[in-house]
Amino acid sequence: MSALITDSRFPDPDRAYRALIDAHRGLSDERSAALNSRLVLILANHIGDQAVLQEALTLAKQSMAQQEPGAD
Amino acid sequence: MNTRKSLYQFGYRRCADQDRSSPARHPVVVVGAGPVGLCTAIDLAQRGVPVVLLDDADRIGEGSRGICYAKRTLEILDRLGVAEPCLAKGVTWKLGKVFQRDDLLYAFDLLPEDGHKMPAFINLQQYYLEHALVERAAALPNLEIRWRNKVVGLNRRNDGVTLTVETPDGSYAVEADWTVAADGARSGIRGMLGLAFQGEAFEDRFLIADVKMKGDFPPERWFWFDPPFHEGRSALLHKQPDDVWRIDLQLGPDADAKAEQAPERVLPRLRQMLGHDDFALEWVSVYTFQCRRLERFVHGRVVFAGDAAHQVSPFGARGANSGIQDADNLAWKLARIARGEASESLIDSYDLERSTAADENIGHSTRSTDFIAPRSSQELRFRDAALALARHTPFAKRMVNSGRLSLPSTYETPLSTPDREAWSGSAHLGAPLPDAPMRDRSGQPVWLLEALKGEETVLHVPNGQEPPAGLNVLVIGEDLVDESGLFAQRFDAAPGSTYLVRPDQHLAARWRYADPEAIQSASRRLRGLAGVTA
Ligand SMILES: Cc1cc2nc3c(=O)[nH]c(=O)nc-3n(C[C@H](O)[C@H](O)[C@H](O)COP(=O)(O)OP(=O)(O)OC[C@H]3O[C@@H](n4cnc5c(N)ncnc54)[C@H](O)[C@@H]3O)c2cc1C
Repeated sequence: MSALITDSRFPDPDRAYRALIDAHRGLSDERSAALNSRLVLILANHIGDQAVLQEALTLAKQSMAQQEPGAD
Repeated sequence: MNTRKSLYQFGYRRCADQDRSSPARHPVVVVGAGPVGLCTAIDLAQRGVPVVLLDDADRIGEGSRGICYAKRTLEILDRLGVAEPCLAKGVTWKLGKVFQRDDLLYAFDLLPEDGHKMPAFINLQQYYLEHALVERAAALPNLEIRWRNKVVGLNRRNDGVTLTVETPDGSYAVEADWTVAADGARSGIRGMLGLAFQGEAFEDRFLIADVKMKGDFPPERWFWFDPPFHEGRSALLHKQPDDVWRIDLQLGPDADAKAEQAPERVLPRLRQMLGHDDFALEWVSVYTFQCRRLERFVHGRVVFAGDAAHQVSPFGARGANSGIQDADNLAWKLARIARGEASESLIDSYDLERSTAADENIGHSTRSTDFIAPRSSQELRFRDAALALARHTPFAKRMVNSGRLSLPSTYETPLSTPDREAWSGSAHLGAPLPDAPMRDRSGQPVWLLEALKGEETVLHVPNGQEPPAGLNVLVIGEDLVDESGLFAQRFDAAPGSTYLVRPDQHLAARWRYADPEAIQSASRRLRGLAGVTA
């Protein structure tokens, strides 16, 4: 069974992060959200594994719960 | 706003049970003469069990509901003797188109495989189906339909149920060893037993209209996301017989149901959609949809089926289709129990098999509804992202969900004997058999599913040894000739291959070489006698 990889994988993570920032720069919140939605679908399909997707969702939710205690 | 009158009217007739001093007792009483109650009653009667069918109304054809019937349903209807009139009247279709605004996003062809008796789908007004079923029911001497007989009370006993029935002549009591509650989504019987009906309600309202017109539209299913004539919402156009078209328009959560049905509101919308006003409105109604189910379908001697047991949104045409499959699953089991040929515990497999099927159907129809009617701005963003990507990528095209069409369930059930060998082909353990064109002993063409009728059957491919003994053995090459080779292909058949088929035509067991003991023991499972705790 494959698992979500959380070890760093990009040789240059700063560049990868920057690419995301660049893509959103100058966009309204609404356009940004639309872009992210497309990106999520594309990347989710690239992963193509329901269990990994589920793990990623759980991790994302957990990190939100830690930031705002009491939120869902 | 509804120009159509109810189509068929039946009379109330006083019955002998009403004049008795003590209640009459019947093996099975079915409550509700909708498609599911009718199919259950017909199936039981065909299996030799006398049935009383009670319905609180005395007419069909009011309202407009189901239109789309899937291949497996047609195969069941064929076994019940009503597929022919349905096929003759129905519209056979296989092409669907999905649009976003003015653009065709993609088209799909249901691509029905050759060598099956039944088409992938037909469209037919539900009242025509119900009428065909009522006619068939009337031809069965051991099936008695009582119109305007409303069940208003229910008393459970260990070995049955006493029902209180209200009629124009006052009320009477009747006893039943078994009661099938097929009394629809608002089931009164569910209420009488105090059972919860839980699930999810969708906020969006939908306008359903039937429109009569001689249009140039082909017999295809057209679905629009965000159409130019109905901005920001969805729309569906689908052909029915008699030059009638079904239109579904998503209205949103805040729509005023009453105002939306007013002609001055409906007509301009439709005019815009159809591009002309050369049409007559037959029926309009506004619905909200729910997906919910009973936790258990069997409560002692009361068995729930159809909408009374589970309700789905209409996207994917699963209501009547799955309810008729409930009937198909229930009738043979109840018949065996009623005739004392099976342990009463066989009924537990109905609960197991059909509640899993209900979950599958609810899952599909919930996901379709989520896609068609997103509930938050982020859901809408995801939906629109999928639609936008669908133009460029195959993966997103597969995510676009305008209703997944109903397919039968493959049962994972203690009634199946687990495969010992590996099998290929399109036959699957627990699934309905794929059909195949055969010839009988006299060389006449016959479909495999016709030849099975509704009996438990052993299909055997000879290998030079004694064929299995027993009443219902069909030997391939003798009783059924596989001229086209499709049987061999679909069943991965070779000399010695032997298959045990359930009375509802689902595959119960198969062997490369079958010994009589294995067949016996697999057959005992179909009487609830062994392996029930698999
Ligand atoms: C807009 C719309 C579109 C749909 N499209 C499709 C489709 O394309 N394909 C599909 O498969 N399904 C479709 N459905 C669903 C389908 O119509 C239902 O699932 C189906 O009618 C359920 O059949 P039933 O026999 O369980 O219940 P019902 O058809 O509701 O029948 C119940 C019967 O019980 C009777 N009854 C109720 N209470 C009592 C009582 N106390 N005593 C005696 N009798 C009683 C009622 O009079 C009624 O005759 C659609 C539904 C809607 C609303």
